[in-house]
Amino acid sequence: MSRLHSRHLLGLEDVPKEDISLILKTTDSFREVIDRTIKKVPTLRGITVLNLFYEPSTRTRISFELAEKRLSADTVNFSTSTSSVKKGESLRDTVQNIEAMKIDMVVVRHSSSGAPYYLTKCMDANIINAGDGAHEHPTQALLDMYTIFKKYGKLEGLRVVLVGDVKHSRVIRSNIWGLKTMRASVALCGPSTLLPYEAEKFGCDMYTKMDEALDGADVVNVMRIQLERQQSGLFPSQREYTNLFGLNKDRLRLLNKNYTVMHPGPMNRGVEITSEVADGANSVILEQVTNGQAVRMAVLYLLSGRKEEGE
Amino acid sequence: MASKKYDMVIKGGRVIDPALGFGKDAYVFIKDGKISKIATPTAAVEKEIKSLDADQIVDATDKLVVPGLIDIHVHLREPGREAAETIESGCRAAAAGGFTAVCCMPNTTPCIDNQETVKFVQDRAKDADARVYVVGAVTKNIEGKELSEIGDLVKIGAVAISDDGKYPQNPEIMRRGLEYARMFDIPVMQHAEDQYLSAGAVMNESYQSTRLGLKGSPPVAEEIAVLRDIALCRFTGARLHIQHVSTRQAVAAIRAAKKEGVRVTAEATPHHMVLTDDEIGKEFNTNLRVNPPIRTASDRDAVIEGLVDGTIDCIASDHAPHQDEDKDCEFDLAPAGMIGLETTLALVKTYLIDKGYLAWADAIRKMTANPARILGLPGGTLEEGSPADITIIDPDKKWTVKADKFFSKSKNSPFIGWKLSGQAYMTILGGRIVFKQ
Ligand SMILES: [Zn+2]
Ligand SMILES: [Zn+2]
Repeated sequence: MSRLHSRHLLGLEDVPKEDISLILKTTDSFREVIDRTIKKVPTLRGITVLNLFYEPSTRTRISFELAEKRLSADTVNFSTSTSSVKKGESLRDTVQNIEAMKIDMVVVRHSSSGAPYYLTKCMDANIINAGDGAHEHPTQALLDMYTIFKKYGKLEGLRVVLVGDVKHSRVIRSNIWGLKTMRASVALCGPSTLLPYEAEKFGCDMYTKMDEALDGADVVNVMRIQLERQQSGLFPSQREYTNLFGLNKDRLRLLNKNYTVMHPGPMNRGVEITSEVADGANSVILEQVTNGQAVRMAVLYLLSGRKEEGE
Repeated sequence: MASKKYDMVIKGGRVIDPALGFGKDAYVFIKDGKISKIATPTAAVEKEIKSLDADQIVDATDKLVVPGLIDIHVHLREPGREAAETIESGCRAAAAGGFTAVCCMPNTTPCIDNQETVKFVQDRAKDADARVYVVGAVTKNIEGKELSEIGDLVKIGAVAISDDGKYPQNPEIMRRGLEYARMFDIPVMQHAEDQYLSAGAVMNESYQSTRLGLKGSPPVAEEIAVLRDIALCRFTGARLHIQHVSTRQAVAAIRAAKKEGVRVTAEATPHHMVLTDDEIGKEFNTNLRVNPPIRTASDRDAVIEGLVDGTIDCIASDHAPHQDEDKDCEFDLAPAGMIGLETTLALVKTYLIDKGYLAWADAIRKMTANPARILGLPGGTLEEGSPADITIIDPDKKWTVKADKFFSKSKNSPFIGWKLSGQAYMTILGGRIVFKQ
């Protein structure tokens, strides 16, 4: 098996185990490339990638852009905020115009759930979801999984706790699907106002008490808390959030010995995670960033040149 | 030309008129745009027909002959959004769907909250292929602030009032609307949605919204609105009609209120009885974005149960046309609504009659006699002397829903490509054939 089942990466919900394994395996070889002095391979020479960012994201955009450049792809960037686009040209017209200039792949970040799927109906390019609404952020989950895999040599059987705004987090959703496919045990933890309706149907353990969630866990992946959720009344104050759900040194004692601390960034230090923990010996937060580039290179590589099969 | 004895005779079909409790093979005679008589085939009747010209005779063998269907909840978009639909195109779609009468909602631009706009709609509808009854706004510009001049609206012909699309958030306003409408004995039709609970929502709140990361409207937003207005209805003694019921708890609330004798009636749409929110996940199809949203299988089943036990009095399409240009976009940016006039009958046949929930007579009652009774409309029956509004149904006709076959100007239907059974074969409005398959 050396090909993915789909020619797009829209989310992890329907990605089978062998595809995830293939991506993780392929990531290994690209991880090695970015440690070289000359961090560049000719793999995607002649391929043009459009980075379509309808929602600002410095980190994800830079990570993808570097991944593309290191694969020798040609890149074009298009960024705008949804609000300004709403008044003007439709998404279909925008991308069809750009595609007319011969684009092979599109990396899309959008505030609307399902926008990457919609793009597959508008154009022929291979579509990679770089985060859509509160739906999925598959490459982030893949890099999280790769990081865990590198440390433990496996994913199966590990207990992973995802802490934070489950309701609005696309990173959490992609992590749930990916980790469950790889047979890790997944727990969700957050204030009950941020645990969405019928989230138990994801098949994860659910907690509103941080200490219970962390008890016996191997990995804790802390999500950034969006401070505007406080304004919209989903939790009463940052202070209370930190008391109830902040990851601090005391709470680390509940975890298994060889525990791992993760955060997709950017961090609100002192809110969802203390600096001491974020910078501690078991934190892999910066490794996640490095691995992110390798994962994205792997995904771009595996999806490139997959035009022939109509879907 | 000498005056004929009859203008038209429909022969050979099975005539079903729930209002008359009539259901057997019979001939329907039409004269001067009115039903002249219904007669069971006897030698005398056969002889009578022989004297007629061939072109006066409609052969309805193997078909159902029923009172013209009535849809009490449609959006015709004119005035204001004629690119999506006009009164003319909407009425043509109605005729093609077997409807001879529709009630249009007031959320047009300008809003139907004044006599001039009612008059405008009535004028435009004069030569249309269906009768158009106007529903006026409860509040000016359906803003939920001040009552519109309801007396004026009724005077010129509005048959009910509704702020459809919106729900008067202020209970005091709704109380006044009900009390005021009581003077004219018209119902207040209500779009039930507590907009604090549904703010920003684009689908039902359920596991599906959780999975897709789309903002969901909780079913309790509808339940609370229904319960509030039932309480106001009980208190004021006015008539309340709940539009497009979509949740299990709303059905239960209406059932209890009816049992108690509160003057409440209700409608439900075919899409809430056929679809569930699981469908959205497959393709983020914006034609599945409606308000109230498509709910869960449990809600869908409850709506059907309510229809079967009489809690829900009638079937209405909530025909809501939107142009392709507006629906061809990201799911959460799409406007809510789907068209329904041309698929309602077949969805009812395929999903309610064929599945054994309703007999033909029950289904016809919910699309003829009941809506006519709720709004006091003429028609809904084949009684002698009534307008000759008649629908002839090909009950087992198999067909596939196709976008290019719609008469509606808009094609926003999630049922495109579906194989359905049952179709209008001929629609007769006041004795005139307005649609023929
Ligand atoms: Zn409505
Ligand atoms: Zn409506």
